[in-house]
Amino acid sequence: MENQTTSNLSDAVVQEAPPRSRPRWGRVLAWVALMTLLVIVFLQLRRTQEGPVQVGQAAPIFPLTTFDGQNYNLADLKGKVVVVNFWASWCKPCEQEAADLESAWQFYKPRGDVVFLGVDYVDTEPEAKAYLQKFNITYPNGPDLRGRASQAYRIGGVPETYIIDRNGKLAYVQIGPFSSLSNIRAVIDPVVGK
Amino acid sequence: MRANPISRGRLFPAHKLWLVALLALAAVLSVTIVAVAQDSTPRPVTDDQVNAVARGLYCPVCENIPLDVCPTTACAQWRELIRVKLAQGWTGVQIKQYFVDQYGDRVLATPPARGLNWLVYVVPPAAILAGVYILYRAFQTWRKPVLAIPPVASTQGEPTTIDNQYIVRIEEELKKR
Repeated sequence: MENQTTSNLSDAVVQEAPPRSRPRWGRVLAWVALMTLLVIVFLQLRRTQEGPVQVGQAAPIFPLTTFDGQNYNLADLKGKVVVVNFWASWCKPCEQEAADLESAWQFYKPRGDVVFLGVDYVDTEPEAKAYLQKFNITYPNGPDLRGRASQAYRIGGVPETYIIDRNGKLAYVQIGPFSSLSNIRAVIDPVVGK
Repeated sequence: MRANPISRGRLFPAHKLWLVALLALAAVLSVTIVAVAQDSTPRPVTDDQVNAVARGLYCPVCENIPLDVCPTTACAQWRELIRVKLAQGWTGVQIKQYFVDQYGDRVLATPPARGLNWLVYVVPPAAILAGVYILYRAFQTWRKPVLAIPPVASTQGEPTTIDNQYIVRIEEELKKR
């Protein structure tokens, strides 16, 4: 009886306000916005975590305008083996392989079915040209305008070299510099011979 | 009989006036050309001027380090390029646009408001507003039990509180027994 009285008193004193009807459309909109944001964040994170393009995948296509104004596009080079080398004038490891890459180009050039493309990553043109001159590099080289090529290949640094087979598929990835001319030939020869 | 022009107050005869005008024009033109030529010569550029532009740029190689304090060779080359462009008379805006054209939007300290970049400008204020709204609603809910009780005058004329009211009601109930 006493308990009941106390309970009644409590009920009388602490009166909960009647629940207000909240706008349902507002909640729906908030949830939709939140989910959209999460999806975008997830997709961006997945893209950054993907790592470099894998061997066997289709090689990303990019246009390259060389320092002397010639235009190249990977889409036009199907049927040829393409060696794409990312480099920069400020990159010391790039200097280790520069002469060997030029020697390899001189070796394969007469065949006509192997193309070397140098992509100059985050560099300034005067220094890049001086670098090319210093190592007597004659194969086509051009700047990575707006970072399109490096972003398409998701490179992690320079030097990196991607060898693309005649079908436009990635056949080999070299992270870091080649150690010698024989090292370069050892990875290009099997792709050319296929 | 024709009057002598000099006797009528003219300093030069008509054909000589043309000559004087041409000489004056040539003098003005030569001064202008010299001024323009001097303007196109490279001007000395201070480190402060270079850093003022570099502060708004980021080299993609060195993430999260502004170009003006970045110690790498790549950044030093970029700063030297800024110095060359400034010496050629380029403005800071033109130089930044050059870097964007060469290396992409990611070199800018503040991303341009287009595409997904809009999220950078929209999401934080929206999140803050949503947080304020949630807090407002929460405070409202916490205060409701107090606001729901109508003010009751004390029997002794003192200011009442919930506890006082509660005690008064208990005493009244006990007296009834």
